[in-house]
Amino acid sequence: MYSDKVMAHFANPHNVGEITDADGIGKVGNPQCGDVMWLYIKVKDNILTDIKFKTFGCGAAIATSSMITDLAKGKTLEEAKKISRQDVADSLDGLPPTKMHCSNLAADALREAIKDYESKLASKAKAT
Amino acid sequence: MDHSATTRVLPEVFDAMTPFFLDKFGNSSSIHSFGREAKVALEDSRKHVASLLNADPTEIIFTSGGTESDNLAVKGVAMYKGKMKGHIITTKVEHHAILEPCEFLKRFGFEVTYIPVSSEGLIDPAEIERGIRNDTVLISVMMANNEIGTIQPIREIGRIAQSKSIPFHTDAVQAIGKLPIDVKADNIDLLSLSAHKFHGPKGVGVLYVRKGTKIEPILQGGGQERGLRSSTVNVAGAVGLGKAAEMARRDLEPTAEKMKRLRDKMLRAVPELIPRSYVNGHKTKRLVNNAHFRFDFIEGEGLILQLDFKGIAASTGSACSTGSLEPSHVLLALGLTHQQAHGSLRITLGRENTEEEVDYLLEVLPGVVSKLREISPFNESRPMGPSEGGSCVQ
Repeated sequence: MYSDKVMAHFANPHNVGEITDADGIGKVGNPQCGDVMWLYIKVKDNILTDIKFKTFGCGAAIATSSMITDLAKGKTLEEAKKISRQDVADSLDGLPPTKMHCSNLAADALREAIKDYESKLASKAKAT
Repeated sequence: MDHSATTRVLPEVFDAMTPFFLDKFGNSSSIHSFGREAKVALEDSRKHVASLLNADPTEIIFTSGGTESDNLAVKGVAMYKGKMKGHIITTKVEHHAILEPCEFLKRFGFEVTYIPVSSEGLIDPAEIERGIRNDTVLISVMMANNEIGTIQPIREIGRIAQSKSIPFHTDAVQAIGKLPIDVKADNIDLLSLSAHKFHGPKGVGVLYVRKGTKIEPILQGGGQERGLRSSTVNVAGAVGLGKAAEMARRDLEPTAEKMKRLRDKMLRAVPELIPRSYVNGHKTKRLVNNAHFRFDFIEGEGLILQLDFKGIAASTGSACSTGSLEPSHVLLALGLTHQQAHGSLRITLGRENTEEEVDYLLEVLPGVVSKLREISPFNESRPMGPSEGGSCVQ
């Protein structure tokens, strides 16, 4: 059983889409297991100014994707990195136990996207 | 449109049952008038079930439902007289109520052969015949599949089993009310059915046991149901089942014809209306009420929830709905990939569904699919890789 909040985010997910000139992209999950999440971020002055996602997966996968965009937008990179799977689940008033394991990928996707941004930044710094 | 999950108790069935809660509440084993009154009703129901199957009333054993009937058939026959070894033949697409008892018996020394199916879900009877060994104690093949609706060549399999004197069981839970059933013509020794799948109440079912079949009870106690199923009989439930059986038999032809027409409309329309959508299962050897589809790039649970928002109840074989990481074993047995199985949708009609309801589904389904495809990272130009990203267990 999903909470009302999960259902609300699933029915009307926030920040769906792609950012063509994204500063970082995080791709997590595996279609074989039924959940894949791609997260796009824009960063300015160490702050997440924009964030969008595309997700293949169940209701929980889509709701957690939507929730993390709300949680992370406007945060500094340090703050964003601290957002955990549990934080995402708590903000949605909880997830069914089976979904905590397989469909709660959003926090991982965000960290991957930030890692992507930081490694791009590092290689750019090296080049100059 | 999820009638393979369950059906509504018909008002006639409900009305037949209510006296057995309020006034005629006797125990059918008691010899006083309350008991006799219950017993008469119980035996009357038994007759209705028997005539639905072309069986003798003494061959009808009331149980708590399809799962118990399947367990009793598999364990009761395999373990007859305390045997702890032997060989069972079944299929890869059975209900868990067959597969799990088989796995249970394997732990005690039984061996099980799981016969594979074609890409349309059909069993080849020749494969059953090839699988038979000297120590084969039971063949169990479902009459029609609960997910994709494929109807198996039961009569032929029954003939093979009979020629080798091996008891033949069929799980007919999904077939009742949609297919004519004749246990004699089909050479069936044991047959499971469940009341709530054909407008009876939940919590009651039947195992048909042909006279002379060697079977042991799995519930010991007061010896009800010819000693095969101890426990005070659920009289009201059995009466409901009897009434539902009577109505299923009476209305089989017109209801099956109507469901078939609506089903065919869906099977034709969906692949035309929605790009990259496909029909799963067999074109003709298929339950009249079953339409099963799959859609590229999306996942089934989202589909079910979106349809639910529109007031439509349906089902999926996606892992996300099963509570495990594995999608439906039936869809995988057809040779579908995990990705394909995740994007599946099962629509199962009931006798009460109308053409307007089917039209409404066809009206909203394309929008629901494209809404989910907009959220999905995958599309025509960016198809799903076989193992995009990491492993399943995070």
